[in-house]
Amino acid sequence: MKKTVIVLLFAFVLAVAVSPAAAKDLKVGFIYVSPIGDAGWSFAHDKGRQVVDAMPGVTTSYVEAVSEGPDSERVILNMARKGYDVIFATSYGYMDPMLKVARQFPNTTFMHCSGFKLNANMGNYFGRMYQARYLSGMVAGAMTKSDILGYVAAFPIPEVIRGINAFALGAQAVNPQARVRVVWTKTWYDPATEKEAAKSLLDVGADVIAQHQDSPSPQEAAQERGVYSVGYNSDMSSFAPKAHLTAPVWNWGPLYTETVEAVQNGTWTSQALWPGMEKGIVDLAPFGPMVPQAVKDMVTKKKSLLVTGTETVFVGPLRDQAGSLRVPAGAAASDNELLGMTWFVQGVIGTTQ
Amino acid sequence: MSVLQIKRRQEPLFIWGSCLIFLGAIVLSLGISSLLLLIQDRPPIQGLVLLFQGAFGSRWALEDCLVKAIPIFLCSLGVAIAFRLQVWNIGAEGQFALGAVGATWIALNFGTLPAPLLIPLMLATAGIFGGLWGLIPAVLKTRLRTNEIITTLMLNYIAILILDYLVYGPWKDPVSFGFPMTEVFSDSAIVGSIGATRINWGLLLCVVFGVMVWVFLRFTRLGYELKASGENINAARYARLPYERLVWLVMILSGALAGSAGFLEASASLNRLQPSIMVGYGYTAIVVAWLARLNPLYIGIASYLLAGLRVGVEHIQLDLQVPAAFGGIMEGLILLTLLAGSFFNHYRLVIRRAP
Repeated sequence: MKKTVIVLLFAFVLAVAVSPAAAKDLKVGFIYVSPIGDAGWSFAHDKGRQVVDAMPGVTTSYVEAVSEGPDSERVILNMARKGYDVIFATSYGYMDPMLKVARQFPNTTFMHCSGFKLNANMGNYFGRMYQARYLSGMVAGAMTKSDILGYVAAFPIPEVIRGINAFALGAQAVNPQARVRVVWTKTWYDPATEKEAAKSLLDVGADVIAQHQDSPSPQEAAQERGVYSVGYNSDMSSFAPKAHLTAPVWNWGPLYTETVEAVQNGTWTSQALWPGMEKGIVDLAPFGPMVPQAVKDMVTKKKSLLVTGTETVFVGPLRDQAGSLRVPAGAAASDNELLGMTWFVQGVIGTTQ
Repeated sequence: MSVLQIKRRQEPLFIWGSCLIFLGAIVLSLGISSLLLLIQDRPPIQGLVLLFQGAFGSRWALEDCLVKAIPIFLCSLGVAIAFRLQVWNIGAEGQFALGAVGATWIALNFGTLPAPLLIPLMLATAGIFGGLWGLIPAVLKTRLRTNEIITTLMLNYIAILILDYLVYGPWKDPVSFGFPMTEVFSDSAIVGSIGATRINWGLLLCVVFGVMVWVFLRFTRLGYELKASGENINAARYARLPYERLVWLVMILSGALAGSAGFLEASASLNRLQPSIMVGYGYTAIVVAWLARLNPLYIGIASYLLAGLRVGVEHIQLDLQVPAAFGGIMEGLILLTLLAGSFFNHYRLVIRRAP
């Protein structure tokens, strides 16, 4: 009896030892600031994750609704401890926590979205969403009757301010009378607050509601009042089919698969990536049926110019709200100026505080 | 026909009875949580094991949870003092914010001082700022007879807006690309970690403050007056206890403790001030204080357990891919069963046959 057990054990050990070691799956982790059911920012990132998950030799997981304070450091740390090979942190506030963890885990690849810090094993990435914002602004500017565009915005940080400016410039390009009124919610994701903010804009006469928020509730507010809206992050037309003109949307899949492939091949290097429409990372959601063909054509034409790089969004002369010249005529704002943008262009009503 | 009747117990349940109820409540809530996991096609046993491992199962887990428990403990200790006097301080959140602001003000202006001088100065300033923020509703309550639940709650919003104003405005780091955050504190303004752990020295502060509050409530005359007034305000007034001054005192202490938590979060955890420092510890503290029946030792335990629950749920999320809302549901379930269970400390159900 005892002998049989020993023989069996021996056979088992042998079998385990000689069976070819399966290629280790690359573990890829994602950290989201809001629930993936938000139909917005985290939803778009998670669609990118699903593309990665379908790659051969890769498994993925995520933690959602992680607040940007000390909690995020622990979540990133736990992924690194559990042997995740690539970690994507998808909110600005994760930058410093991720850097702290990156220094402790030199063999793990860290990727941070929307920040500016780098480490040997930590890269950052973002997309030129302002290009799509500009195009959506053109649509809004063409569709408004009151010339008041409402903009529900999260936090007065450069990313959001840049988007508002691009939206305003796009609107003014087709409708010089258009004004953009901004309300800050001081939250990325809070459907009730977002909706209230949208209503406050509707109350002052806005007839197109745009948003830099992660839930579709501003869209719903617009539809309830029978006016138009411009979504964000993903195609939000299903939430407000009668209001939704279009939406600047994210498409993270290509960037995520490229990064993971580079790590698999050992060719990944730490760098700051800021691709735009030419890479398809940002785009415009399909136009709603209420958008006239002439507007569609105009926007599509401008889009092709942005894609080829023939034209850019922030070209001078650009003046701030107080009227002082920020970008001289004939010049274009540099990437550093865009990344640190803290002033509104003329025609935006609101403060950057 | 039989009837279910609620009867008040002659004496509250003795300690083992309470423990039994506590355990029963935990088991019940974990059971319901397992069912929820099962509904989502997730292995419930593995889920509970992950939860346990995440909260207690390794050195990492202990460190992670202790770090998270520190601010909860300090805020909770603070509100517990006020609750003893039946002063309903809902304002720990704002007092926490002001404490962080006070500490940051010192760190930004006197960052060159050596740490042994700077850290106590930051702590003291945080305590004073938080304490004064607590004093405002106390004075309003005693002089104008405003309801402190409303005023403390409203002052939270004001405090957070002050914090926002500072980090979006005068204190914004010039090299942060316009993002709302102060510059990183100088090394001497950062409370370090204990040895090679992730736990900061704030843990020591928790122990010291915890013992001090316990001694104060138990062995000092003021502490006794406080408890006596809390139990019956009219009797206390009749006995000529200085109720007004007691209210001021508890609100200052309460605010100072929450303020010290704000100081630790800014200094030890974030190394700077930024809006994301506000994650609702001030509100969590109220729940913890009640669960712990306002006892400093129990507050320590409850803070750790709640921190463990939150950390453990992250592990379930990562390994089993359950939605984040599951964590909230689980926390709610545990709190609900515990509070419902405490009903049985004072009451019992008897089945009576109707005549």
